[in-house]
Amino acid sequence: MNHFAGGAQPGEDVAMRVIPVGPRAALVEVDDAIAAASLADWARGAGTRAVEIVPAAATVLFDGIDPQHVVDAVDSWPARATGPDGPLVRMPVTYDGPDLEAVAAHWGCPVAEVVARHTALEFVSTFTGFAPGFAYLAGLPSAWAVPRLSSPRPRVAAGSVGLADAWCGVYPTASPGGWLLLGTTDAVLWDVDRDPPALLAPGTRVRFEAT
Amino acid sequence: MSGEGRIEVIDAGPLTTVQDRGRRGHAHLGVPRGGALDRGAAALALRLVGGDLDDAVLETTMGGVTVWTASAVTFAVTGARCSVRVGTRRVGHAEPVTAPAGSVIALGPAATGVRSYLALAGGVAVPQVLGSRSTDTLAWVGPPRLAAGQVLPLGRAHRLPQPPEAVVVRPREPVLHLLRGPRADWLEEGRWAALDGASYAVAADSDRIGLRLSGPVIARAPGELPSEGIVLGGVQLPPSGQPLVFLADHPTTGGYPVIAVVGDDDLDLCAQLRPGEVVRLRLR
Repeated sequence: MNHFAGGAQPGEDVAMRVIPVGPRAALVEVDDAIAAASLADWARGAGTRAVEIVPAAATVLFDGIDPQHVVDAVDSWPARATGPDGPLVRMPVTYDGPDLEAVAAHWGCPVAEVVARHTALEFVSTFTGFAPGFAYLAGLPSAWAVPRLSSPRPRVAAGSVGLADAWCGVYPTASPGGWLLLGTTDAVLWDVDRDPPALLAPGTRVRFEAT
Repeated sequence: MSGEGRIEVIDAGPLTTVQDRGRRGHAHLGVPRGGALDRGAAALALRLVGGDLDDAVLETTMGGVTVWTASAVTFAVTGARCSVRVGTRRVGHAEPVTAPAGSVIALGPAATGVRSYLALAGGVAVPQVLGSRSTDTLAWVGPPRLAAGQVLPLGRAHRLPQPPEAVVVRPREPVLHLLRGPRADWLEEGRWAALDGASYAVAADSDRIGLRLSGPVIARAPGELPSEGIVLGGVQLPPSGQPLVFLADHPTTGGYPVIAVVGDDDLDLCAQLRPGEVVRLRLR
């Protein structure tokens, strides 16, 4: 067999599978992005000796570690159902994005209600990708998932706040992008001279506030 | 930290970057590892000039690089074979050479391979960004790529150059050894075994992000995975069925299945394969 079972705790409804990725890395499959961020956060705190611990949509990659050590490490994960409880960032947003009406149409509500809903939710940074500091923020109910633009914009400004599927994201730097844009923030998402350089490192909670 | 040495870039060639052993511990923030693509060649160059393994070198891409040195400096060139000159004097490959103050060090285009490494005693001492001096060409974290007129500081040399007597650079057989990847189950029945012995040509758009291979289509299940973390040497299979081997500047997460992993021993080879060269796959 190429994979071996990880350790679900007795009496807990947590399915885990540890899959070796070559001789010095392993992917741990979990239920969703929240569980992945939670496991990654816990493993970092527990001092798991991997060079990189990379949460993603439904996995955590442990890189630079013997796969058997990953099995041993995740065996003791308490699998908190509460998800990550990192620092809370309050992010002021000017809700003047070009796609507010499109989102309102998808949600079947007025534009003002889009802003009300977006500012009422608490999001959590689950993982990054696409660009340094670009965090996939979970928290939108799946019923409010929206499609990406059929043809991406060639340039989306830094600080743009957007939605795609059930994710919310804030562009750390100007780049092409296909997310539906709600508005912009002045917050600095990415700064290599700051520790950590990403404002929305995995585990960080986010609340948006209308300016 | 910095000594008196500095070099000025006269001709940067098509793509020359500063590289060390790369960034560690920032993948979860979306920062690629970066670092010298042919790690063995970079380490050899550093050894030849008496450098630390964490010192930064210059990595060229096919076309060479020309620099002027303000002070006398010991240097060595390894990796892709190329002509090496100090002023008009031709000097050796993979051996320590001392260039006098005010002289020009010129690496010619790669004769074989892709990437040559220029190590200078003391190392290229540009400021570290997130713990490394490497330029990552995906997200452009780290120092900018070299451009004519740039001045790069050198660190202080603190060891004598090592004599070259033990340098044997063997030609490598163009074979990539594959370990079964985490998503090999996305392959259609029997396709894994069929990869053994298959030949692929290196595509022209290969770069520091990935070695793109062109050849028989590898059939796989349709669709994408939820994004997951990527390892160095991971072999991703996009819907086109043409595999890509992730190299140092790979994205940190991705949604195409990783069907195989190229063993560590073959990654330096990946750095030196030229577009059009044919590689054979071997299952391990």
